[in-house]
Amino acid sequence: MADIAVVAGNGLLDRRAFLRASGILFTGYALSPARAEPLSEPPWSREPGTVVPPYGTPSKYEKAVVRTLSNPNGEPRNSHARTPHQQLQGMVTPSGLHFTISHAGNAEIDPAQHRLAIHGLVKRPLVFTLDSLARYPMVSRFSFVECGGNSAPLFSPEPIQASVQALHGLASCSEWTGVPLCVLLDEAGVDPKAKWVVAEGADSPHLSRSHPLGKAMDDAMVALYQNGERLMPGQGYPMRLLLPGWEGNMNVKWLRRLQLTDQPGMTYYESRTYAQILPGGKAYQFYFLQEVKSFITHPSPGLNLKGPGFYEISGIAYSGNGRIARVMVSADGGQTWAQAALQEPVLSKAFTRFRVPWQWNGGPAVLQSRAWDEGGNAQPTRAQIIAVRGQTSKPPPVLAFPSQHYNGPTSWAIDASGGVKHVYA
Amino acid sequence: MSTLKWKLFGIAIAFPVTVAAAGPNLGQPLSHADLAAWDINVLPDGSGLPKGSGTAAQGATIYAQKCAACHGEQGKGGISAALVGAPPMKDMSSPKTIANFWPYSTTLFDFIRRAMPFTQPRSLSDEEVYALTAYILAQNKLIGEKDEMNAQTLPKVKMPNRDGFIPRFPERM
Repeated sequence: MADIAVVAGNGLLDRRAFLRASGILFTGYALSPARAEPLSEPPWSREPGTVVPPYGTPSKYEKAVVRTLSNPNGEPRNSHARTPHQQLQGMVTPSGLHFTISHAGNAEIDPAQHRLAIHGLVKRPLVFTLDSLARYPMVSRFSFVECGGNSAPLFSPEPIQASVQALHGLASCSEWTGVPLCVLLDEAGVDPKAKWVVAEGADSPHLSRSHPLGKAMDDAMVALYQNGERLMPGQGYPMRLLLPGWEGNMNVKWLRRLQLTDQPGMTYYESRTYAQILPGGKAYQFYFLQEVKSFITHPSPGLNLKGPGFYEISGIAYSGNGRIARVMVSADGGQTWAQAALQEPVLSKAFTRFRVPWQWNGGPAVLQSRAWDEGGNAQPTRAQIIAVRGQTSKPPPVLAFPSQHYNGPTSWAIDASGGVKHVYA
Repeated sequence: MSTLKWKLFGIAIAFPVTVAAAGPNLGQPLSHADLAAWDINVLPDGSGLPKGSGTAAQGATIYAQKCAACHGEQGKGGISAALVGAPPMKDMSSPKTIANFWPYSTTLFDFIRRAMPFTQPRSLSDEEVYALTAYILAQNKLIGEKDEMNAQTLPKVKMPNRDGFIPRFPERM
């Protein structure tokens, strides 16, 4: 038996405590759980079960584990569906729970008629069918995708009371499989004058975004599969552009055309929507990166603690700059910190699940996480972000996007009854 | 393994087969004519703009028929954003309008042609897109009422906020 060290204030325990199968002993805490009910044979163990379906879906008892919708009736505007992080574990977002933003609904594309054109500053303009792309050597990688507007409610001057799904649900992580974009561009023959790629979708807004040729030749992918199966319609079926670690909107869904150019398109979404107004009136343009971020998913608002005792604090960290190097967790609003365990595998530009064991003594606590990536980039404090970016003059509606690219920490206050509230700390 | 298979195996090692192509090379040649229906990008320098032209007067009629239901009379706003007006940028959540924010006039043509009207994108002729572009620019006093918009004149329209932007990561561009 080994004692578990308390490594930071308010009961944070050594991250290594439960990573090995050795006996453990809580010192200083009396463990006296109430006696359990006698066991009995339940109905489902007394008769055969239901017919096995061709395509599995979650248990009927999991019906509450769904995305929240900003436009459930399909009104003529954009639609957001947010990932329920507070109900998920691990690093992979189930495909049906991956966040979706569609600017005019989900296009319903017949894959046999879909085409991908590559043209502009290339030696040989080419067009590909899905069948032909499926014959190329493929690569798989885990990558998060995050909307540039994810976490935007934290630009509010006061903490907005909402779930982690409402605050951070526009980020998800999947395994993507497809054809490296550089292979297709090499086949077309890149003209030395080309500097940018303007990508376009086959959805009704014909959504278009420009990215530098350097990213296209580095790790961009024409993704055909998500978590082993063909892309979900909301992820761009039958193909999407994947720019690992870069602003979600740039990962053009329903991809149908790539024009190589000597200048960016200055499209609507890059010159207007995803340009962020700064104090003083200028605006950022071409933000590209989703920078290092983390947030605690368990506990979080709605997941109330059921009395003092042991809890695992866990959450998600990720960086568009590479792998997560370290996550620190505080239970006292940032006065003292414990290093979190990082669940393997820790992959570049993918979600990394972090965990810290915690003995809650029933008193007030403020939980917060901060992450660092392998490039040495630290998740900034809220004060650091606001100093450069400003904040709104009054609290915006929770579904509004006053600005984008907020990657500061999120703090959850625990009250004596175990309730969890969003606070700034 | 039979003797025959061993012999074939030996041959394969001794004479590795090579092919001329480095990859699958399954892309089919695409002619300019075959691309035409999709070739709709308009770049800031005006490349990609089609033939044709339009004026604000022509655009006013089309606007009333096809745009006003969502964007309001004379572009003043409705269930969709206002297209006219330049409110001051007071803070990060100030409205980004064509006249107070958009850096390039070409974006207006590009976006109308690819995405509008919301329920019937790609239904407008290039002439109609030029006319609507002229109408919206004129309503915002960014061009004169009589100015004709075409492939030569549109890229020359200087938008008020052209120089209002800072690339966030210039080293990655």
